[in-house]
Amino acid sequence: MQRIGVFVCWCGSNIAATVDVQAVSDALAKEPGVVYSTNYQYMCSEAGQNMIKNAIKEYNLTGVVVCSCSPRMHEATFRKTVAAAGLNPYMLEVANIREQCSWIHKDKEAGTEKAIVLGRTAIAKVQLNAPLQAGESPVVKRALVIGGGIAGIQTALDIAEAGFDVDIVEKNPTIGGKMTQIDKTFPTLDCAACILTPKMVDCAQNEKIHIYSYSEVESVKGFVGNFTVSIKKKARYVDENKCTGCGECTTKCPMKNVPNEFNLGMDNRRAIYIPFAQAVPKVATIDPNYCNMLKNGKCGLCAKVCGAGAIDYKQQDQIVEEKYGAIVVATGYNPIKLDKFDEFGYSLSKDVITSLEFERLTNAAGPTSGTLLRPSDGKHPHTIVFVQCVGSRDTSGCGKPYCSKICCMYTAKHAMLTREKYPDTDVYVFYIDVRSPGKNYDEFYRRAVEQYGVHYIKGMVGKVAPRADGKIMVQASDLLADEQLHIEADLVVLAAAIEPDKSARPLATMLTASMDTNDFFTEAHAKLRPVESPTAGIFLSGACQGPKDIPDTVSQASAAAAKVIGLLVKDKLTTNPCVAQSNEMMCNGCSSCERVCPYGAITYVDKEFRMPDRTTRVRRVASVNPAVCQGCGACTVACPSGAMDLKGFSNSQIMAEVDAICQMK
Amino acid sequence: MVFSYYPGCTLKTKAKDLDRYARASAEALGITLNELENWQCCGGAFTMARDEIATKLSSVRALEASRETGLVTLCSACHNVIKQTNHAMANDEEFAMKVNNYMKLDTPYHGETKVIHYLEMLRDVVGFDKLAAAVKNPLKGKKIAAYYGCLLLRPGKVLGMDNPENPQIIEDFIRAIGGTPVIYPYRNECCGGYMATEDKALASKKSTLVMDSAAENGADMMITACPLCLYNLTKNASGALPVYYFTELLAEALGVKE
Amino acid sequence: MNNEMMKEQVIRMSGVNPLKCMRCGKCSGTCPSYDEMEYHPHQFVYMVEKGEIDKLMASPSIYKCLSCFACVERCPRDVEPAKLVEAIRLMVVRQQGQNHLKANEIPALLDNDLPQQALVTAFRKYTK
Repeated sequence: MQRIGVFVCWCGSNIAATVDVQAVSDALAKEPGVVYSTNYQYMCSEAGQNMIKNAIKEYNLTGVVVCSCSPRMHEATFRKTVAAAGLNPYMLEVANIREQCSWIHKDKEAGTEKAIVLGRTAIAKVQLNAPLQAGESPVVKRALVIGGGIAGIQTALDIAEAGFDVDIVEKNPTIGGKMTQIDKTFPTLDCAACILTPKMVDCAQNEKIHIYSYSEVESVKGFVGNFTVSIKKKARYVDENKCTGCGECTTKCPMKNVPNEFNLGMDNRRAIYIPFAQAVPKVATIDPNYCNMLKNGKCGLCAKVCGAGAIDYKQQDQIVEEKYGAIVVATGYNPIKLDKFDEFGYSLSKDVITSLEFERLTNAAGPTSGTLLRPSDGKHPHTIVFVQCVGSRDTSGCGKPYCSKICCMYTAKHAMLTREKYPDTDVYVFYIDVRSPGKNYDEFYRRAVEQYGVHYIKGMVGKVAPRADGKIMVQASDLLADEQLHIEADLVVLAAAIEPDKSARPLATMLTASMDTNDFFTEAHAKLRPVESPTAGIFLSGACQGPKDIPDTVSQASAAAAKVIGLLVKDKLTTNPCVAQSNEMMCNGCSSCERVCPYGAITYVDKEFRMPDRTTRVRRVASVNPAVCQGCGACTVACPSGAMDLKGFSNSQIMAEVDAICQMK
Repeated sequence: MVFSYYPGCTLKTKAKDLDRYARASAEALGITLNELENWQCCGGAFTMARDEIATKLSSVRALEASRETGLVTLCSACHNVIKQTNHAMANDEEFAMKVNNYMKLDTPYHGETKVIHYLEMLRDVVGFDKLAAAVKNPLKGKKIAAYYGCLLLRPGKVLGMDNPENPQIIEDFIRAIGGTPVIYPYRNECCGGYMATEDKALASKKSTLVMDSAAENGADMMITACPLCLYNLTKNASGALPVYYFTELLAEALGVKE
Repeated sequence: MNNEMMKEQVIRMSGVNPLKCMRCGKCSGTCPSYDEMEYHPHQFVYMVEKGEIDKLMASPSIYKCLSCFACVERCPRDVEPAKLVEAIRLMVVRQQGQNHLKANEIPALLDNDLPQQALVTAFRKYTK
């Protein structure tokens, strides 16, 4: 029988307001094995921790139950406390009477009753606890950054700056991401390329950084400090080491009508292409969907004109395997498709465009060389209507329920720049709310109104109807004037909601990193651990975690790098001793556990066993690698013979907890 | 294939062509439309209040009588009312309970009948490719503007017929009978509807907007599935485009128009 | 009848929760009857929320909704303003002697081509 001490925390009024803490400590004092029970205002405070330490010594406690907040919050704290008093840290159990009790109950009587049950459950468990020893595992001093946009670039540069090797995996032929397509940046209006391309070059030149461009993560195995990642380098049919980026091939390729994704299909590129002048790496890529040589063996012109002999039509996808101590997800975002919003006429008229298309139409490297011209007829638009919240804040099922956060500011930027460059243009912005929290943001938006004369109208566009004469009829409400407006526009710009990149979902599965219902990666704690995934060793950078503008993205990217550096400087990590263990006498070798293990921690070995009749038999049994096991418990549920057990969460402990809950008062 | 068929009041009076050509064409395509016995008028508009029971009973009777066969509708308004009523019977438990309590059916009805519009029948049962193969007199060179109006597609989540903002079904139909569809932005905006009774000016304004939009995009003619749309476009719009029921063009293409 | 009770009645009949409205005004931006209305679709939602049912009942706006479902289809929050207009109109025409369209007015509205559908619909919308 253990000698158990119970410590009930008030958490100020967080617990004490809805749970009678005195009644809880009194009731739990009567539980079998409990030799000491008390309550205190803040158990996590120094005084509270000292109460625990003193009681361990005074009452020779062998087990401790703290009834407090979630173990996610303070389990580590109290483990240290009991360890300081000489107890094995795994002889502590936390009963969560805050998040799972006081915060969700209003009735004090019911809350108290439930807190007692939760405490009793923890006591029942600690009765069966055994001391556990944490092991150690080495840390591979190399980080992987998935996604080479501004988030990934910043994270990689910061990690490299601290002296660690870092690889960037980017699925496109160049790093740079969305920011390469943006013309100017708010609220300072500096040119995006001018501030981004030096960073791209830094990445390329940094000895610590290796860029896998045109590559994708194929699989991820292992755990914090020791991931093994397979990276698929997609065949670009050009030898990266030989190509000088001269671009000769891209001017000679006869396939001239390939939609150019860099300009969002508003102009064309060749089948062999370099996305843009400052691409990193500046290496050509052949698009196999359009290349005649790859499709039917006829052409070969690019190979003929390439002075470096870099063209290789036989190149195959290549799989590279690399080990990493930490992985940063920086997969970014995309504007949503607008096929569910045809009331805005996007599919009806070339002159109804998205905001990102607008960026290309104003960019010097864009399809119009930076002159704002209508895609349909190349004429200057004189009336432009911007529509905000297209698909954002939409709970109808057509769009996204969240605010996309960046649209108010970039629309203000678009409106302002248009008025500055083309003062004869009338610019209307339809808004629901203008959201401009951020340093110098509201001032920026106000400048658009006050200094540049942009017409901001509180209301929403209800119908966009392109006319045969090229005008676009915009029907909208002006809520403040209580009018329905009919504007003859030349160009309509839709601020489409943004969503996580489609590659994020399968990647999250590979990483066992959790996501929310919108496919944004979930952070370990919304406020206090915003750049870490709940999965150890996985970090989040940029818009993959939620909509972000460039300043927020860069801040978070550097924060993620700091967390990675904090991990990589360690030589060894303490491993979780709560790992699975197979009872070989009961294991029947069925492989069920091996199949469900997400970490590949279980293998099967042939082992000799002495039988009751003194003969020896070789049996196939499961064997768990404790360094790889993450203690998820999937195997213990899958095992049909009950041979698999999880230390610290054994089947008998779980059953004891269930019994304690079901026990009559 | 055999379906129950719900013509509705106007198809027996002012819109006989819509009905006549639909029947002849269905026959030519090997589909039997059995007119429901003793069908009652749908009421022309779905009453959106959840406590309105009586106005929806005629639709429930038609639906209930078509459990075995499924129900084909033709008039856009009937289609809208019957499909919305069916949706309410399947999804609004309180409403369905009240209706069932009142009707005292042998088997309570909960929206089991599949309701399809004649166009959906052409698309999903016949298939537009099969229809194209059956065409004898393709409407070559004809630029035809499909007019959906409001009732055929909306509310999109309830009617589930096509993308309500960028529909394809009538355009695909036009292609199947050899014509060229004209896409124009007001094809799914209201013609003024029943307001033609008390506010001719409104009906005129709305239907003119629709017809002008079709005309300026190069249409030779317009087609519709709704007698009221046809009325507003021909009587109240200031434009001069001819407007036909889609079934008339169908019958013509199939060579069954007498 | 007091406004609070009528508000409850409107919400029950329509099944609409006006609190879902984020006041974007898209319903009024898309409404084909906007110019004919004193109160516009977004105002129906807001005034129901505020409980100003009497004002809405007294307004000719309730007879101007075409039931074209444009506001229902395009609302980003699934508020369905048309259902509120319908509920309020019904609260009026269900009262004794409040039919908006009377049988003896019909002959004057008829022409040779007017489809039955128009009359049937008008009757359903305007009368008890």
